[in-house]
Amino acid sequence: MTLLDWKEAVCGAQPDARHLGPLTRTDFVRYQGASGDMNPIHHDEPFAVAAGFDGPLGVGMFPAGALANLAADWIGPDRVRRTKVRWKAPVWAGDMLALSGEIVSRDDDGKTVDVELVCKNQDEVVTCQVWMTFAFGDVA
Amino acid sequence: MVDKAAIGAVGEPFVVDVERGKIHEFARATKSQHGGYFSSPNPRVPPTFLTTQFFWEELVPGANPWDRVAMSQERGMHAEQEYVFHGPPPKAGDRLYAQSRIEDIFEKQGRRGGTLTFAVMVTEFRDADGRLVAEARLTGVETAKPPEGTG
Repeated sequence: MTLLDWKEAVCGAQPDARHLGPLTRTDFVRYQGASGDMNPIHHDEPFAVAAGFDGPLGVGMFPAGALANLAADWIGPDRVRRTKVRWKAPVWAGDMLALSGEIVSRDDDGKTVDVELVCKNQDEVVTCQVWMTFAFGDVA
Repeated sequence: MVDKAAIGAVGEPFVVDVERGKIHEFARATKSQHGGYFSSPNPRVPPTFLTTQFFWEELVPGANPWDRVAMSQERGMHAEQEYVFHGPPPKAGDRLYAQSRIEDIFEKQGRRGGTLTFAVMVTEFRDADGRLVAEARLTGVETAKPPEGTG
């Protein structure tokens, strides 16, 4: 995959949208093993039901990580300088998620761009938002 | 129930070794399509990779000051998470020297009534020379009633 170069990194530029899903419990378990967050609410059905949910709740950091990767895979992991995530709604096994984003500002002096990303489920509900800053000037 | 006395609590220092296999596993789990995570001998970390700090933090008694916040398990959730890199992100083979602290605890009125209590934990990651390489900022929120969902 060819990374975006500075000329192309203009306001309004967008990576190809990605779709995740239908999400599975295996997705959640794989993420939990990778991240170290073993909260049983995300994989243990009796535990989740006892807590008042219909079933295991998705791990919020999983789609958030996938959303941040959409921009990092496009612009380059070396250029990431800041990633901020805010959660708006839970995700569940079976959900179909649409991941999209665009460059919203460009600083020609500092050679940085800001990207806003959003994850929506099959009902168009925003489940999380991500804001990132990428630097083109000081890549080692 | 959140304990405001936790503000300023500092955890014991802990070491984070950035490992190639963990980067590979994490990139795969978060559905990355960037080939470099899988083929490079020393890839840089994915944007949210430093969440794996908890593997290292739990090896050191007293390293994680979050317990001091005493947030309710039923009414607490992950509200925001931020990672800042002060230069190119860490790469496989790097050793980071980390320390966490409870930076703030504050209240806000919720839109549907009820008080929301926020707690912020900051973790600093430094290199062997003490240079600040990265920061993680975790914001948790405790609602007055059980949440509809969590991070």
